[in-house]
Amino acid sequence: MRWRVLVPIVVAVAVTGGVAGYALDVGSPPAGADVLGPGEVSVQLGIEHSRFSFDRLWVRPGTTVRFQVRNTDPIAHELIIGDDEVHRRHITGIEALHSPVPGEMSVGPHETGLTTYSFDEPGTVLFACHLPGHLGYGMKGVVVVTATDAR
Amino acid sequence: MSPYRVVVSLIVVTVILFGTGPPAWACGGLVGSNGSIQLVKTTTLAAFHEGVQRYVTSFEFSGEGEELGSIVPLPAVPTEVERGGDWTLQRLAREVAPAQPEAFVDASAQATAAAGARVLLETEIDALDITVLEGGGDEVGEWAVANGFSLTPDAPEVLDFYAERSPIFMAAKFDASRAAELGQTSGDGTPIMLTIPTDEPWVPLRILGLGLGADQVVEADVFLLTDDRPDLLPGGPGLTLQRSEAASKPLLADLRSDRGMEWVPGGMWLSYLQLEAPAGDLDYDLAISTTDGRPPSAVDAGIEGLGDAGQIVDGQGGALWPVGAGVGTSIALGMGIAVMVWRRRAVRPEELAI
Repeated sequence: MRWRVLVPIVVAVAVTGGVAGYALDVGSPPAGADVLGPGEVSVQLGIEHSRFSFDRLWVRPGTTVRFQVRNTDPIAHELIIGDDEVHRRHITGIEALHSPVPGEMSVGPHETGLTTYSFDEPGTVLFACHLPGHLGYGMKGVVVVTATDAR
Repeated sequence: MSPYRVVVSLIVVTVILFGTGPPAWACGGLVGSNGSIQLVKTTTLAAFHEGVQRYVTSFEFSGEGEELGSIVPLPAVPTEVERGGDWTLQRLAREVAPAQPEAFVDASAQATAAAGARVLLETEIDALDITVLEGGGDEVGEWAVANGFSLTPDAPEVLDFYAERSPIFMAAKFDASRAAELGQTSGDGTPIMLTIPTDEPWVPLRILGLGLGADQVVEADVFLLTDDRPDLLPGGPGLTLQRSEAASKPLLADLRSDRGMEWVPGGMWLSYLQLEAPAGDLDYDLAISTTDGRPPSAVDAGIEGLGDAGQIVDGQGGALWPVGAGVGTSIALGMGIAVMVWRRRAVRPEELAI
């Protein structure tokens, strides 16, 4: 009988702790990490072997990031930044190329491209490549928009 | 026996891919114009005799009508590419599965290729367009893209993996219209034989996982024929030795009677290995030594440290780890001695004098 009480409690505590830990992990930059912004900043994002050079970036609210994307692979990639709706559209979309609108760009083999995106509200914003198989291969990351008092 | 008087025959057959997604095959990566081609089965034979490796593989026409291609990592530049024998691959497969002759359906291929890579050789064999390329992973990848193939996201890393060891690749693709003219239908195979001067044979295994999900299981049959029992070094787990015995006289006679196979000597050692590994774990190759006193190359096995080396498990239950351990110990000992010699040389006062 005691187990019936204890097990759910232990599980609940563990899950809560895990979620809290994940939230802390996502929302808090590690020691020594730069938190960019506010204002306009530039970031170099490399792509090699179908992987982004970083999978997490911390910015303050009110930051406009200018992504300079350098693809050193012999195949094309893309960088899509945005909310769930944006990613859903690209996951199900059939566009082979994206015109350089803010937060959406294609980058060909051995090419470099630019796109900008403004991060205003605290939270996380996913960036990814949605060419077939690329997201599953690990081409994704998040931009963490910290609270205004973050370092 | 001269160190070069060795024959290594490698045949990879019946690659079975589970699940969906871009295919992989026994000796090359398969890539289609839409990135969603299903690979069926592939048969490959590489033969090593007197410093020359003969590499035979069979490409299976899919009948889809679209261009398919495959890319095969090679240990060195081939001097000749020609049509292979008609039954060599099938006969080898049947040797280990005599009760199921239909199980040796051979392979197919598709591939990948590139821009900026140097084209060393181009030829047509039946409906196949064969191109031998020299270049880095990037260059071969670019060539593939430029020739209309959609590479899977893991291709850049896999091509670099092989290019660092050998910058030679063979790309092959079917010309659908020519296949139609020749009356080829879905499932028809075209065997290809390459003659490659080299003294260090290896079997590419990692390429089998190209385009697959990490959990998708790659299965392949690998046949080796050598003058003597070979030393084998797999770069990871997943290989099981099913046969290790003197090749039968009827088998060798049958192989010798096939087109281009007259080099087969009167006696050989047959090793038959099965590969079964998740694609995510298949980040290695199989290195082979056929020379007494020279262990298989850890580099050719696709590993940098001996700690990564795998084990070949004996199909009868006995592990072959002692072989791997012996090889590994030999390599470690050799490296140790080399380091000691180097260090000793480094402090010789006479060498420091200006």
